[in-house]
Amino acid sequence: MKKTYSIIIYIFLIFIFFILYLSLDNKKIYDTENIIGKKINEVELDLFDNEKFNTREISNYKYTLINFWASWCGPCRKEHKNLVRLSKIQNLKIIGVNFKDKEISAKIFLQEMGNPFSILAKDSDGKKSIDFGVYGIPETILLNKDLIILKKYIGPLDLKDVNEIRKIINK
Amino acid sequence: MKKIFFLIILVFVSTKLIANDETSNKILKNLRCLVCQGQTISESNSDFALIIKDVVNDKIQEGLTEKEIYKFLSEKYGDWILYNPPLKKNNYLLWFLPYLLFIFGGIIIYLMIKKRLFDSK
Repeated sequence: MKKTYSIIIYIFLIFIFFILYLSLDNKKIYDTENIIGKKINEVELDLFDNEKFNTREISNYKYTLINFWASWCGPCRKEHKNLVRLSKIQNLKIIGVNFKDKEISAKIFLQEMGNPFSILAKDSDGKKSIDFGVYGIPETILLNKDLIILKKYIGPLDLKDVNEIRKIINK
Repeated sequence: MKKIFFLIILVFVSTKLIANDETSNKILKNLRCLVCQGQTISESNSDFALIIKDVVNDKIQEGLTEKEIYKFLSEKYGDWILYNPPLKKNNYLLWFLPYLLFIFGGIIIYLMIKKRLFDSK
């Protein structure tokens, strides 16, 4: 009987350690896996020229990159040259969503650093960005023409990301 | 007559506002601030939390139910944003482990008591 108890206790301890081990691999924040492969909702964005842009229109382009940025954001400044590089790729439209920023500051930023965006939208209160699952900026989403999210980049885009996007588009 | 009509509208509007506020508080307390350390959206003043608060209030105004708001947010950020995740295949263990441990512990205690009673006889 004593032996049976010991076996039960050992099995129980192994089980507890197994659960603890599984929880070590638990990525808790800044996880993009929930959104990859999902279709984005229809969202109407305000453009800088007071026009509107409906995300439904993304189906007109083969690939679309939506970049969330602001002039006050340091990492956005860092990634900007990579967005300019990406803007030269054929079959790729880049939509810039200016996040909680002043329009004049955004315009000055683009004048200084170059404008890689085919469509320039604004999200003055940050609420529209929630529809895209944005945590903070910079964030970038790559979509196909079916409006399916192929890739999401959290943080500034680097050269490795540029090459990865290029590879996906040239497939 | 006008005064009574005005009072009825006032009572109706204020009741609706209080109800919305209660729903909003309940939802915000059940949402995790993803960019903070162990805080709910309700407790946090981070930029992310402030935007989520606004979005939740907007959704309530639009007439969405509590469940629909949780569904909307978990579609964007995963179940991790919910403090009370829904029952799904991949979290069966999370939900049923406490019950299993309770039953398992009960069986062990029962066996031990039974053995002691048997030994004392």
